[in-house]
Amino acid sequence: MIALKQVSRLFSVGGQVVRAMDDVSLSITAGEYVSIMGPSGSGKSTLLNIIGLLDTPSSGKYHLQGHDVTHLDDRQLAAVRNRTIGFIFQFFHLIPRLTAEQNIELPLLLAGVPRQERQARSAPLLTAFGLAERKLHRPDELSGGQRQRVAIARAVINRPAILLADEPTGNLDSHSGGEIIDLMEQLNREGLTLIVVTHDQAIGQRASRRIRMVDGRIASDISG
Amino acid sequence: MRPFDVISFALQSLGGNMVRTVLMLLAMAIGVAAVVLLTSIGNGAKLYIVDQFSSLGTNLVIVIPGRSDTASNMPATLVGETPRDLTLGDARALERHASVRLLTPINLGEVYISWRGRERAVPLLGATAPFLQLHFLELERGTFLPEEDMESTRPVCVIGSKVRQELFGQQNALGELVRLGGFRCRVIGVLASEGRSLGLDTEELVIVPVAFAQMLLNTEGLLRIFIEARDLKMMEELNTHIKTTIARRHYGEDDVTIITQDSVLAAFDKIFNVLTLTVAGIAGISLIVAGILIMNVMLMAVAQRTAEIGLCKALGAGQGQIMILLISEALVLSAIGGLIGLVLGFCGAWLAVQFYPTLQATPPAWAILAALGTALGTGFFASLLPARRAAQLDPIQSLARH
Repeated sequence: MIALKQVSRLFSVGGQVVRAMDDVSLSITAGEYVSIMGPSGSGKSTLLNIIGLLDTPSSGKYHLQGHDVTHLDDRQLAAVRNRTIGFIFQFFHLIPRLTAEQNIELPLLLAGVPRQERQARSAPLLTAFGLAERKLHRPDELSGGQRQRVAIARAVINRPAILLADEPTGNLDSHSGGEIIDLMEQLNREGLTLIVVTHDQAIGQRASRRIRMVDGRIASDISG
Repeated sequence: MRPFDVISFALQSLGGNMVRTVLMLLAMAIGVAAVVLLTSIGNGAKLYIVDQFSSLGTNLVIVIPGRSDTASNMPATLVGETPRDLTLGDARALERHASVRLLTPINLGEVYISWRGRERAVPLLGATAPFLQLHFLELERGTFLPEEDMESTRPVCVIGSKVRQELFGQQNALGELVRLGGFRCRVIGVLASEGRSLGLDTEELVIVPVAFAQMLLNTEGLLRIFIEARDLKMMEELNTHIKTTIARRHYGEDDVTIITQDSVLAAFDKIFNVLTLTVAGIAGISLIVAGILIMNVMLMAVAQRTAEIGLCKALGAGQGQIMILLISEALVLSAIGGLIGLVLGFCGAWLAVQFYPTLQATPPAWAILAALGTALGTGFFASLLPARRAAQLDPIQSLARH
């Protein structure tokens, strides 16, 4: 499903070149549950951005679902992101003026799906995620846990193959955080490839495959 | 994205920051309203002038002494220099032709009129009987100048209603003797209180036989001769008749300027179109100012909504789509502002008509289209730069903020 071959990502900061990812090769198969851990600046977010096609490698190859996506143009990348990848962010990133329902439907709206079909697809998600009664509320009227559930619903509404979560519980109390992790794991059991970047050891340990990054390299990659 | 979704997304995002939206709407509306209102007034002024002139009748020919070599329909020739006067003899000679239905020689000056110690200065118009018909004037009471030879210096006068009011008050004016310049003169008629002629207010006018006016003003020359052709088809014939007659009488030179109604109207039409365009251009500047404001505020909006734009990119919006979203927002805004401006402009024009009923201020159709078009155009161009900036935002950095 995901195959990185000798991928490096260089940034130049103040005239100095920083290797955020240094010759990383990684392969993830469909349905895996992977956590990526490591200290700040270890390159784990960069790895996630490259997998999510928000960033492109400076060198190396990236194959996604068998296709080389290293050199796609902006429009193609956007289309692949829309169909294949769901993002979950630490700060939820909901649009404040839209209702929960509209936020969830945003990827469909951008893809040009008609309104009836959008609602037909968001309704079961709203019910499944316990948001049916909150669907007409705006984000500032929702609790942190509800907001992140809206964000997860938004990430999966287009039935992506991969769910990428960057510190999904970083802004939640432990109770809501636990609920969110349960929800994501359930989606993973239903076949979604789940990749979670986290600082939290306890959350990282739950994944069946645990990757630890240090200085832009994979320091350990443990399964089971 | 579907067009309907784009528009409702734009509306929602405009609704998300009401202060910003209202300010931009205001700027746009003022610009459009200014264009509509100013062109309305320009148009009204044009209609007013054209109306004034067409009240003179369309087969009217005006003969003015002197000739300028520039295009003869320029209004500057209305006050042409006179190398040789037009005289009553000329007028008499011109009158004798089949194409002439009505003719009146005109003289104009200013004299003092007095009655029983009341005195005021008035414009004095020397004319003959056909003047009444030529200028569609109406009498309130009495009679107009008698039909008689144009050389007659019979001391009679027809006065405007305001002159009557000021000299006689409630007393009867008809048959009274007034002092006009150095002569005594009998009032035989009073003009009805409406109407303007030759740019003069007929209410303040005193009309006397042209030869009497020449005597009063001590001049041989005429200001002009008004001729009405029997028929529009005879205009050409009349023109030749005037030229040959004048040339014969003026030692081979047809040193007069002949103005026809059509040419005057055409000239005024041209002038007022240019004036209206100029005024519209000035008003257009306010639209450009509105455009700059929109650009400025859109740039701020992009900065404010960085995270949202980054999110849309992560969720699958390409650069083109982001640009479409932002440009649509500006277009929706400009369209709403433009419509508000149209309404304001029409209200302003309506108010102007209430205060100055003579000025029929209605915006010309092209001005409405131009104002709306400029509003949309400004919105579009003003949003290009902010939209490009938004499209090129790096999603990772935009999402890193919160």
